[in-house]
Amino acid sequence: MAKITAGVGCSHVPAIGVAMDQGITDQPYWQPVFAGFERSREWIKQAKPDVVILVYNDHCTAFSAEMIPTFALGCAAEYQPADEGWGPRPVPVVKGHQKLASHIAQSVILDEFDLTIMNKMDVDHGLTVPLSIMFGQPEEWPCLVIPVCVNVVQYPPPTGNRCFNLGKAIRRAVESYDEDLNVVIFGTGGMSHQLQYKRAGLINADWDTKFLDLMTEDPVAASQISHVEYLRETGSEGIEMVMWHVMRGALDEDAVEVHRHYHIPASNTAVGHIILENKD
Amino acid sequence: MEKEYEDIPGTFVFDADRSREGFHLNMFCISLSKAENRAAFNADEAAYLDGYPLTGEQRESVLKRQWNRMLSLGGNIYYTSKIAANDGITFQELAAIMSGATTEEYRKMMLEGGRSIEGNRYKSEWGQD
Repeated sequence: MAKITAGVGCSHVPAIGVAMDQGITDQPYWQPVFAGFERSREWIKQAKPDVVILVYNDHCTAFSAEMIPTFALGCAAEYQPADEGWGPRPVPVVKGHQKLASHIAQSVILDEFDLTIMNKMDVDHGLTVPLSIMFGQPEEWPCLVIPVCVNVVQYPPPTGNRCFNLGKAIRRAVESYDEDLNVVIFGTGGMSHQLQYKRAGLINADWDTKFLDLMTEDPVAASQISHVEYLRETGSEGIEMVMWHVMRGALDEDAVEVHRHYHIPASNTAVGHIILENKD
Repeated sequence: MEKEYEDIPGTFVFDADRSREGFHLNMFCISLSKAENRAAFNADEAAYLDGYPLTGEQRESVLKRQWNRMLSLGGNIYYTSKIAANDGITFQELAAIMSGATTEEYRKMMLEGGRSIEGNRYKSEWGQD
């Protein structure tokens, strides 16, 4: 049986990817950002996931204003790193687990989560930066990846509650898949940040810390945070944090926090990261 | 429909109304993700923009690189930032321009923990309605 054993929450700031691609992670600006990921890379080497379900948002790359699915599930054999306007990132092609992805699609749709199915899709920094954070710079990604895209660009994104319950449905789907697979789920985006207009640069470290605490201690309460609270307290782009609830909903309620990292700034953003493990 | 986020200062929430208004502007911006389109735009901006049915104001805001005005006319930051990327402006430099700071001031603010939430939650705190 396939099983979700752990969850990873992390920001997907594009500048983190750029810093790795340009080999400047040792610079004083970046050193403290990456220092907090050293333990994460050790952890995932031990955890050895066969498959990562990666919840992220597309930044008008695979989707544009023409088409805005609230939830979309990647069912393709592979995903090319996208050209987002300055050339594709020099990272490996992302390979999918088509059979598990299709199984998840069927299972969650019958569970009344009406996902869009993506059989061809390029993936942007939202997906590749978390892989770089966790796996460094390998020749090939060491696991298969199932992308789950969430619309957080056009308001409203799905509610935290809906995301949390989708996580539960994904877990049911994974646990009804026959092959023995170790699955880790990533929820990405955030933390507090605003990229636009006069309030650009907003950071709310106290709020972020409270959010990370709730991720561990009271995920149900975290899933009830309103959209307007994200917008007001964490900036217009902080609302990306709804995606963390998909990850959290897929884990046990009493999952254990094994690592946390928080740093300000990376470019315009507060970087937040957490690793949670199910107890057995 | 009442929008409970309209009282947040210095912020455009990209909702369906903004998306509708900015559709063609945003579709123009996203076209710059492709290298051949960037080349065509850079060769003759006005001619390239003729291919998109922008309003006069939207067109002017693009040609004059009025970043906040683009947002006020339905542009979304993930789209308008494609113009900035084409111009060689980093996201942090763009954020500085939009918030009315110099690059150095903005960078310093971020290194010191970012823009505080205190005094920045409500328009009334900015002396706005």
